[in-house]
Amino acid sequence: MKFGIVVFPGSNCDHDAYYSVTGNLGYSAEYLWHKDTTIPKDIDCIILPGGFSYGDYLRCGAIARFSPLMNEVIKFANNGGYIIGICNGFQILTESGLLPGTLLRNENLKFICKDVFLKVENNSTPFTNKFKSDSIIRIPIAHGEGNYYADDSTVEKLENENQIVFRYTNEKGVADKSFNPNGSINNIAGIISSNGRILGMMPHPERYCDDLLGCSDGTSVFHSIANNFIK
Amino acid sequence: MKQFKGKVSITLRENILDVQGKTIEHALHSLNYNDLTHVRIGKYVEVLISAENTEIAQARLSEACNQLIANPIIEDYKIILEEIK
Repeated sequence: MKFGIVVFPGSNCDHDAYYSVTGNLGYSAEYLWHKDTTIPKDIDCIILPGGFSYGDYLRCGAIARFSPLMNEVIKFANNGGYIIGICNGFQILTESGLLPGTLLRNENLKFICKDVFLKVENNSTPFTNKFKSDSIIRIPIAHGEGNYYADDSTVEKLENENQIVFRYTNEKGVADKSFNPNGSINNIAGIISSNGRILGMMPHPERYCDDLLGCSDGTSVFHSIANNFIK
Repeated sequence: MKQFKGKVSITLRENILDVQGKTIEHALHSLNYNDLTHVRIGKYVEVLISAENTEIAQARLSEACNQLIANPIIEDYKIILEEIK
């Protein structure tokens, strides 16, 4: 099981992702440079990490989407490859059209950096199969533009087809507006593509993969991914 | 080949809550500008385009707006083209 972690100019969670999946969890990983034009054959899952790719110029993820490696990432996706986009990675996935909708400025206009509770709404995805159903997990968020938006018909489809994987809740799993940090429609924190192979989420599971950091709720995301490959 | 200056103004679509616009509107009202409403914040982009005529310049810039300069899911854009003599 090998992860490929894309490094854009301005990525700043690439090392956290590498440390989590290798040092903490024992899988192999390598960095993939944004200017590369090939993805090594042995990569099973691509991580688009958090950060501020290209300084968030124009719109978050808008420039990264056109970097040479992203053309290969889109081909990888079209061939059924597994991709997880975290925070800025999620923004790049929506800009690329690999996931529907987009991420708007947080409703309160502030950059929010804090722990939030998430409900695992769908534990039968390749990214959540190690979670018990309806698990409540604690994961940090750190973003200024995480307010998920899509038109009504897209949101209805996401709801009906179980594509909403994580929702902002309280510690008891109640998903109302008071536990919504950024104004995201229906408290959406993470969604999956219709083929189930591409996950985008604003919270950072890679930051909570080590008990020394106070919480390891994020580990199950990466163990779930590996579970698809290691039988 | 002619040279054109393209001026693109980009705003959030009408049906999308523009929180920056709302905040500025509240601030304006607190300064007694109660007659100023519906404040929308946007972006402004200028480009130079080489093209044979206005229609081609317009088409090229529209294409670029749809692909990169604006996000059609949430943004509307207006283009003003001026030929540079």
